[in-house]
Amino acid sequence: MARIELDNLAHSYASRPQADSDWALKRIHLEWRDGGAYALLGPSGCGKSTLLNLISGLLTPSQGRILFDGQDVTQLPPDQRHIAQVFQFPVVYDTMTVYDNLAFPLRNRGASPAQVDARVRDIAEMLELSDILSERASGLGADGKQKISMGRGLVREDVNVIMFDEPLTVIDPHLKWKLRSKLKELHQKVKVTMIYVTHDQTEALTFADEVVVMQDGEVVQVGAPVDLFERPAHTFVGHFIGSPGMNILPCEVKGGAAFYRGEHVEAANAGATVNGAAKLEIGVRPEFIRFAGPEDKGGAAVEVVHVADAGRHRIVETRIGQDRIYVLSPEGADIPSGGARLLFDPEKTRVYADGWLAGEQ
Amino acid sequence: MKTENQRAWWLVAPVVLLVAFNALVPLMTVVNYSVQETFGNNQFFWHGVGWFQDVLNSERFHAALGRQLLFTAIILVIEIPLGVAIALCMPKKGFWASVCLVLMALPLLIPWNVVGAMWNIFALPDIGLLGYALNAAGFDYDYTQQPLSAWFTVILMDVWHWTSLVVLLAYAGLVAIPDAYYQAAKIDGASAWKVFRHIQLPKMNRVLTIAILLRFMDSFMIYTEPFVLTGGGPGNATTFLSIDLVKIALGQFDLGPAAAMSLIYFVITLAVSWLFFTLMTRNEAK
Amino acid sequence: MKRLTWLVPTIYIIFLMLPIYWLVNMSFKTTNEILGGFSPYPVEFTTENYVTILTDPTWYWGYINSLMYVSINTVLSVAVALPAAYAFSRYRFLGDKHLFFWLLTNRMAPPAVFALPFFQLYSAVHLFDTHLAVALAHCLFNIPLAVWILEGFMSGVPKELDETAYVDGYSFPAFFTRIFIPNIGAGVGVAAFFCFMFSWVELLLAKTLTAVEAKPIAATMTRTASTSGYELGLLAAAGCLTIIPGAIVIYFVRNYIAKGFALGRV
Repeated sequence: MARIELDNLAHSYASRPQADSDWALKRIHLEWRDGGAYALLGPSGCGKSTLLNLISGLLTPSQGRILFDGQDVTQLPPDQRHIAQVFQFPVVYDTMTVYDNLAFPLRNRGASPAQVDARVRDIAEMLELSDILSERASGLGADGKQKISMGRGLVREDVNVIMFDEPLTVIDPHLKWKLRSKLKELHQKVKVTMIYVTHDQTEALTFADEVVVMQDGEVVQVGAPVDLFERPAHTFVGHFIGSPGMNILPCEVKGGAAFYRGEHVEAANAGATVNGAAKLEIGVRPEFIRFAGPEDKGGAAVEVVHVADAGRHRIVETRIGQDRIYVLSPEGADIPSGGARLLFDPEKTRVYADGWLAGEQ
Repeated sequence: MKTENQRAWWLVAPVVLLVAFNALVPLMTVVNYSVQETFGNNQFFWHGVGWFQDVLNSERFHAALGRQLLFTAIILVIEIPLGVAIALCMPKKGFWASVCLVLMALPLLIPWNVVGAMWNIFALPDIGLLGYALNAAGFDYDYTQQPLSAWFTVILMDVWHWTSLVVLLAYAGLVAIPDAYYQAAKIDGASAWKVFRHIQLPKMNRVLTIAILLRFMDSFMIYTEPFVLTGGGPGNATTFLSIDLVKIALGQFDLGPAAAMSLIYFVITLAVSWLFFTLMTRNEAK
Repeated sequence: MKRLTWLVPTIYIIFLMLPIYWLVNMSFKTTNEILGGFSPYPVEFTTENYVTILTDPTWYWGYINSLMYVSINTVLSVAVALPAAYAFSRYRFLGDKHLFFWLLTNRMAPPAVFALPFFQLYSAVHLFDTHLAVALAHCLFNIPLAVWILEGFMSGVPKELDETAYVDGYSFPAFFTRIFIPNIGAGVGVAAFFCFMFSWVELLLAKTLTAVEAKPIAATMTRTASTSGYELGLLAAAGCLTIIPGAIVIYFVRNYIAKGFALGRV
């Protein structure tokens, strides 16, 4: 178990990186505490798998250092870092039984048969694999194979960190949540540091204590799930997390107040300095917008275009000029047809300068 | 899941017609000859299974079959492990992989009699590089005179000609293994031998089955290359089944025995192929 | 240890190239030099052997004949194998498995077994000594191979593609030629490559089925070797020229060779 520090880590697949775009990963500086559950979240190609492979030692970084408990492991090969990794596509050794698969990492490290046996049975119990220990691993379904992959990481007592690289991609939807909660349960039991890479916000937000959101090789925000939702540090985070994502609308800021299409909009950080920003926007989540009643004053005048029923709530698509604004309307609430006015929750509406939350940079 | 559709036969019909024309008519001709006796003048008499008995009891056939089995066994034992080893050491992608593939595939595309002629020249004891070098190194080597030299040359030629096929198949199997397997093995602390034993070999299972089958079938049917190289000699030292068969059928025009031998030969090829196939796929299914 | 792995393929490739080098070496020597003794490179360099081949119709027609029947065979094999492979990869029908196996057994038939009956068969249908005869005869082993390779590629194409096309109102022929075949372009290339290869290298049947008009280059060479004495230089030059078409074809399909093997199914 270990605390992990990434010290100015950067990586490029090109041998002589020139342009900014040559860098798959641009100067990452992070610290993860021992025993935490972390998620790396971002769209495909954002560099999250690269980061994972750097930590596991499958790649050596172009720049920067990786420290486990303060000890520099940057140049160590994977097997000496005491890490485990679960891949997107389940990796099992086809010719071996489930038991032998789980025992493999221990036997490679010269553990005694008694130790191996005790440990394998222990982990198999935890993963509910005890009944099929003598079966061939190749005959199992994707979820079973993925459990074995996890098991091969868990059997080793010296493991510093277990990493998951989109582990649920090939799992059937109805088994996904089962495996996910199993994972959460395991983390609470074994208390080992876990890093979970995914592009699926639900997986990241339900698994992790802290989520690292990445885009184009950069970390855009690190925070607890609730922070990412209520206080996105970047319009990308706002848009990427949530379904539908945050509404992002062009605005002007004059004298500490924000204006959308000439109308004054109250925003939590409207007073922040935004001098010199090329692009100003306000961001507000569909959850924090409501339709104005007859007693309300002001609000953006929109036209309701489409209503989609999403079960416990409805997603209302509205239009104002070229802009589209989505509103989440709770079950049972009235939705006006045709023209309507929208009110933004002032506490949850924020101004973004060049994409970043104004006043933070 | 495939759907049941009897009209699919129409799609298969052209293939069936063409192959049947080439396979069934000659096969029936062979069967016909194999049960008849002729004294010329296009007169044929029923001979029953006589030719089959003759062939099966003939020492000449036993000798040719023995040579054939020995040859096939030797080249399988050499070419399969060698091909796999070369594929393992080959670069897996990039410029050098392409260079290797192109150069290695070259022998496969040379007409078989040219392969024979090439080795005929290459191995000549006086002016061939191989023959000259071996004699200069102190070996008494002359494939036109000594059975052992002839065998050595025929086997070396076949290794030269066909090992690349095994390399290409094994390479195809190797590059199809996702990187994650190697990464997982690294993390699990597996040695190179364990990676080979538990990842590469199982994943190559299918292509190796194809390789062994193809190499068995083709080496069992070998004709042109040794015929051009040694003519089956010296004596009968390298007279394999096909060479013997052509000698009987076209050289001596003994149609009956030749036909009977053809059928026995065909049945042996089929039976051994089937045996290989079931043995290897049964192992896979377990 | 790790750094020395490149040695293995390098040594193997040198081993592959040596006999070819020797053939090229011989092809540039005069008969006198060849018979005069061992020499690792041509001392009296001559291109006369090549000049002879490229100016004598009995020689160069051999190449044209070979290329003609090989081309006919490749086109024919792939053309009929395409619909058949589609049927095997998409439908179940009466006797499908037996049929597939029967096709493959023809790959196991020793050509020597069929040499004489083929001669009689093609004489009987008046095709003896034509390009078509050789092209048809080579179908015996090339069609099963093409069906096998193409079936592997087609099974890799999701069935949804077909269903979508039918829903969109495509007829089977239109769908097959305009959508499906372009989708398995690599597979068609690989199948064509193997048909070319096996038709190009085969000699026994090609020789048996031809006399003058369609005589393949390989057969012309055996004639030289046996009848007109010991013209090694000429033989070597002819041999070198037979390597060229294969080398060109390999170069174009180099990226697909391995793939073709990997996707063909047992």
